[in-house]
Amino acid sequence: MSFLRNKLDQLKKPFGKGEKWEKFAPAVNAFDTFLFVPNHTTKKGAHIRDAVDLKRTMITVVIALLPALIYGIYNTGYQHFTQLGESFTFMDAFLHGAAKIVPMIVVSYVVGLAIEFAFAIYRGHEVNEGYLVTGLLIPMIMPVDIPLWMVAVSVAFAVLIGKEAFGGTGMNILNPALTARAFAFFAYPTYMSGNKVWVSEATNVDAISGETILGSLAAGRDAGYDMWSMFAGSIPGSIAETSTLWILVGAAILILTGVGSWRIMIGGIIGAAFMGLLFNLWGVNALMSFPWYQHLMVGGFAFGIVFMATDPVSAAQTFKGKWIYGILVGIFCIMIRVFNPAYPEGVMLAILLMNVFAPTIDHYVIEANVKRRKKRLEAAKVKTA
Amino acid sequence: MDYVNLFVRSIFIENMIFAYFLGMCSYLAVSKTVKTAVGLGAAVIFVLFVTVPLNYLLDNYLLRPGALAWLGEEYANIDLSFLSLIMFIAVVASMVQLVEMIVEKFAPALYGALGIFLPLIAVNCAILGGSLFMQQKDFSAVSEAAVYGLGSGIGWFLAILAIAAIREKITYSNVPAPLRGLGITFIITGLMALGFMSFMGIKL
Repeated sequence: MSFLRNKLDQLKKPFGKGEKWEKFAPAVNAFDTFLFVPNHTTKKGAHIRDAVDLKRTMITVVIALLPALIYGIYNTGYQHFTQLGESFTFMDAFLHGAAKIVPMIVVSYVVGLAIEFAFAIYRGHEVNEGYLVTGLLIPMIMPVDIPLWMVAVSVAFAVLIGKEAFGGTGMNILNPALTARAFAFFAYPTYMSGNKVWVSEATNVDAISGETILGSLAAGRDAGYDMWSMFAGSIPGSIAETSTLWILVGAAILILTGVGSWRIMIGGIIGAAFMGLLFNLWGVNALMSFPWYQHLMVGGFAFGIVFMATDPVSAAQTFKGKWIYGILVGIFCIMIRVFNPAYPEGVMLAILLMNVFAPTIDHYVIEANVKRRKKRLEAAKVKTA
Repeated sequence: MDYVNLFVRSIFIENMIFAYFLGMCSYLAVSKTVKTAVGLGAAVIFVLFVTVPLNYLLDNYLLRPGALAWLGEEYANIDLSFLSLIMFIAVVASMVQLVEMIVEKFAPALYGALGIFLPLIAVNCAILGGSLFMQQKDFSAVSEAAVYGLGSGIGWFLAILAIAAIREKITYSNVPAPLRGLGITFIITGLMALGFMSFMGIKL
């Protein structure tokens, strides 16, 4: 190991303090810290250092995303071949999906990381690992046939306006991956919704039923899939959002490692189930009478509440705030699905809306706490006096 | 049900800030802390809630063509609607004077914090906008105008409350120097409007 360390130090030398290429140090350090844990120590005051730094946290999220991603790759091929009516093997489906999705991930990482590195060098801060998650999330929530340049533009918008304008990782107010999706959704609506975009190369065939379940419900038709397909995920939809089963595996990883907040996830499920039940009782149209437990499985709800709503930066930060935030995400998600015919999929906008209000929730939770403790202090004073 | 509909519509779907971008000046200037934002937001709610129905009455019984018919036959074809802008402004300005006196008397700290922006509510576009939208919408009763005014006020209040909390949160963010202050506030407003897009197109 020390051989590698020495070699790296030698390589790093021209990037050191006062050397020729000092400006580019953040870029080199980013690669260096991939291999070795940096040995920075705190200069002032008492701090407790933990091995779980930002890098480990982010890698945990990436690992949690993998089951859903791999299933998403398979499902892309599965949808393609079944809609075209061709016979196929597991490998065929997987390879077809990989050929579609790997380029999207590459584009997302290249564009996003290029901007991140440029900003790091220009502004002289370290490259942060947050983009590893964002860059993987963005392709996972896009429709499969979206042109690659649209992915690139959305990524550039999200990273520049959504994140770097605020000062980089940990300072953004909206979830950057959802910002990218919302940008693409409003800028290129024909590529982001409808019944042709969810199955790869669907434009080649005429008779196709590639609409998402929520889409056909909004149009007043039946769901058209049984419950097991909804749960396992063999339904059309954005790349990795379909399989509730594999998303639950990811959720388990996030909760067990303590990276994702179970309060937000449970809160979201409670909110959505409550709203779904309420609409079931009302039950005027197809979307309202759609059973509440199936509302939890279709569309992006599971993916959004597990991986996007729990983003530690843009979500509420206090424990009580997380409950409120999660419940409101669930409620708004179902409300947008039912009330807004323009957007049958509600979870993206519900989370963005709650991102906007998360600081307000936190502010009042903290204020209530301050008030409570002040009261306690007064009571103690009265007692001693 | 109609009132609930109108109320929800005016808060979320036709939000003064995120749908029409009205009343931006005080929204941008007084949103540095939550406390002052709440004060100004409450003042705007009050002023809108009072002026919109007042202007509704003025409009219906004084200004619009045929409004003077209650005086007698010979007045039925008088059209004073060219006066509506100046009348609305006069009502708004006098209401704001009232609010100013109340705030100065009962919350002097808030009065100091709001400074020039309290009297400036008189020329806040959201307030005049409320009255003009009221005129355009042809409400059938004064209570509808009141509900509309209250809803628009609450929508404006929510917007300034949310951005104030966000601005408090990003106080220590490492925002690029050229964007500090108003620049980043404009970007935040745009991103917040993206969040509020969830309500666009809702048919209630």
